[in-house]
Amino acid sequence: MGLPKLKGAALSSISKNLPPEFINLEINPFIIIRTDGSITLINPRPDMGQGSIQAAPSLLAEELEVSLEKVTIIQSDGQSKYGSQQSGGSSTVRGLWYPLRKAGAAAKEMLIQAAAVKWATTTDNCFAKDARIYLKNTDKSFSYGELAEEAAKLPVPKNPKLKNPAEFTLLGKYNKRLDIPSKVTGKAVFGIDIEVPGMVYACILHSPAIHASILSIDDSKTLMVKGVQKVIRCKRTMPHRQSDAVAVIASNWWAAQKGRSLLTVKWDEGQLPTTQTTDAYFQKAYEAAKKEGVRHEEKGDFLAKFNTASAKLEAVYETPFLAHAPIEPECAVVHYKEDGTAEIWAHVQGPDGGLADAARFLGIDQDKIKFHVPLLGGSFGRKAYHDYLSEACYLAKELKKPVKVLWTREDDITQGPYRPGMLSRVQGMVANGKLTGFHHHAIGESIVGQVFNGLKPDEADPWLSGELSTENNQYQFPVSKVSWTHVKTEIPIVWWRSVYASNFGWGQECFIDELAHLAGKDPLEARLDLLKDERFRKVLETLAEKSNWKEKLPSGKGKGLAIFASFGSISACCITVSKSGKGIIIEKAVSVIDCGHYVNPDNVVAQTQGNIVMGISAAIKDGITFSNGKCDQTNYHEYQILRMNEIPEMEVHIIQSGAEPGGVGEPGLPPVAPALGNAIFAATGQRIRKLPIDITSIS
Amino acid sequence: MFAEAEADMPLLWVIRDVLGLKGTKYGCGIAQCGACTIHVDGVPVRSCQIPIAELSRKAKITTIEGIGETPLHAIQEAWIEEQVPQCGYCQSGQIMSAVALLKGNPQPTDEEIKSAMNGNLCRCGTYDRIQKGIKNAAMALKAGASPVSNDK
Repeated sequence: MGLPKLKGAALSSISKNLPPEFINLEINPFIIIRTDGSITLINPRPDMGQGSIQAAPSLLAEELEVSLEKVTIIQSDGQSKYGSQQSGGSSTVRGLWYPLRKAGAAAKEMLIQAAAVKWATTTDNCFAKDARIYLKNTDKSFSYGELAEEAAKLPVPKNPKLKNPAEFTLLGKYNKRLDIPSKVTGKAVFGIDIEVPGMVYACILHSPAIHASILSIDDSKTLMVKGVQKVIRCKRTMPHRQSDAVAVIASNWWAAQKGRSLLTVKWDEGQLPTTQTTDAYFQKAYEAAKKEGVRHEEKGDFLAKFNTASAKLEAVYETPFLAHAPIEPECAVVHYKEDGTAEIWAHVQGPDGGLADAARFLGIDQDKIKFHVPLLGGSFGRKAYHDYLSEACYLAKELKKPVKVLWTREDDITQGPYRPGMLSRVQGMVANGKLTGFHHHAIGESIVGQVFNGLKPDEADPWLSGELSTENNQYQFPVSKVSWTHVKTEIPIVWWRSVYASNFGWGQECFIDELAHLAGKDPLEARLDLLKDERFRKVLETLAEKSNWKEKLPSGKGKGLAIFASFGSISACCITVSKSGKGIIIEKAVSVIDCGHYVNPDNVVAQTQGNIVMGISAAIKDGITFSNGKCDQTNYHEYQILRMNEIPEMEVHIIQSGAEPGGVGEPGLPPVAPALGNAIFAATGQRIRKLPIDITSIS
Repeated sequence: MFAEAEADMPLLWVIRDVLGLKGTKYGCGIAQCGACTIHVDGVPVRSCQIPIAELSRKAKITTIEGIGETPLHAIQEAWIEEQVPQCGYCQSGQIMSAVALLKGNPQPTDEEIKSAMNGNLCRCGTYDRIQKGIKNAAMALKAGASPVSNDK
């Protein structure tokens, strides 16, 4: 395993190099058994670090009774027979838990059936183990390879019998990830590493104001750079609009990049310098926070109860725009051929979506495209936005030879798309030591609206249901309300790890803390009072125990906690901070997650550790701002992410609930920032409502 | 290895696109992320910052491909044992920094580890496991469990 082999190429080259008596048999789209006994499993979800390259094949292997060490794993190529292939929404394990296990179990039943026929016995006399079918009470067995031809002719069982979780040998157990050896030797192949014979390199000058149009181009100095071949006006296609860009084509990427730096392009920025600023956007958002929004859901008459309540609070919480900033920037290799077919290598999150978009960009049918997905060097949502692929398609069609588009870090930081900055206007009441009402008014740009053009003017963003509904947070307030105001911006936005949960977890969980203090209640007890759901209670009770929540802390230290459910899992975090001469020190983070059934406990821990680090980055490092129509940050020195000396001591605990699988890649993030904000309040008495927090300035 | 490149081409791009060794990664181009870390005469440097013309003719360059081919370096073994990488993109640079650290300081303290590794960014957030990996590798090297196969 290790490198995701390229499917079409892998299969045809095997066929060419081996004796003709061995053939590959597709038992079902995810399982290929070769008559020599070798087995190939297809991973339908690209790996961007979250471990799908282990998780998805494990679901197949568990039921098929094969060992992952002995199979080849290849990445799906976008064909519809693999179903949805999007790594996103923390959906890999929870979305494939049954489909892939059924595919494995069905193949196993077909192999058993084929063996039973050979032995002239019934299937209940046969069993599968370690890629062989055995005849009970004998030493007779067949390898899967010996049965593959007969098995492939059998009808696929519709409802194969799945293993009872108690019988699992792979799922839920610690297993080392088999992609890791290739990632410590430099051999793993990422999108940026793809080389194709005859390939040229492109470095693209994007509009600093993102949507400005070109007035003139002077490329005389560029064309003098050794290696530069051409300068081409091109287009960057985003979901909500298309922008002008200029591509420098060269025989190597360094020359293309150098050539780009020597371009003189005049841009017509129109009104962008005044309209496209984060100040203008937040000003509109704060205006909206003074008014009522569009109702999304309501229990009881919130406003009537709020207006007559004697003990109540109201606040506005703010989260900034953020860049995903995966260390591997955006990249795609596209070869559009004279015969109207194309071959593409792109580190997209979804091969199916990538293939569909590429077909649209190239103006050809999907079946004319061979699509390969290499490893993603991080993504966090970014590489599911195919603007970089659109550029490579545009240039490939012009050049009719393979072209690699590679963005610079500056492109990645200044061009977006970003997590939208949002406001949470929150209102709540308390009475007799209880929290009695809560209203969350979400304000800002809509991903559904901008990316999918799918939001009507008086409609609340439907994605709020997944984040803020009482069904999601399970808080049993006597009265509660969720509402929404759409504030538009042309700054490109998209999902970012945990999507709106990363914004609204901040407002929800800090404000619950505020209400608890108003009610004179311990923040843990206040939450437990509101929660009846046993899984939520268990997560909080476990967090309280593991973080030693009730211990008395010396002056200058504080603990804060938060809980947030997202993507089918419940996650809570407790952070301990202390005051120092140099501001706040984040000493420790303890996270608890109930993600139901999972594949690999160590990967759940790794993802949750990653979420603590990314959550703290999002809470204390500067966000993305736009002034004069342009992004103010350009590279990692201005858009900083956490470094090793800034991480706290970390602990992660997994609840063994045995519930249906939930997500793992994202749910650990939303509670981190509010746990920190609440800890700072506990240590200092200062209530912070706006992210990022400059922890160095708090005393 | 021999290569021809323009004088101002940074070593990173000579390694990647002229010599075709893809283990060394581009992340920022301004020495902020450490993904392009290699060794020049055993010293960890950011290869995106070194124009090829500024390199001495005798300079000995080691990239991730030259670290522990067989057997793996103790750092690489520890990375597997601790299951450090997630996406893995920054890990070539992390490993080059860690190998250089242990070569000069076989038993680093926590503070020394942080100081040596602080220039290497990891967006997946694997820092905690990197620290553990370095400590484990240091112990393994002290016990003589794994040879240092450096500078090939």
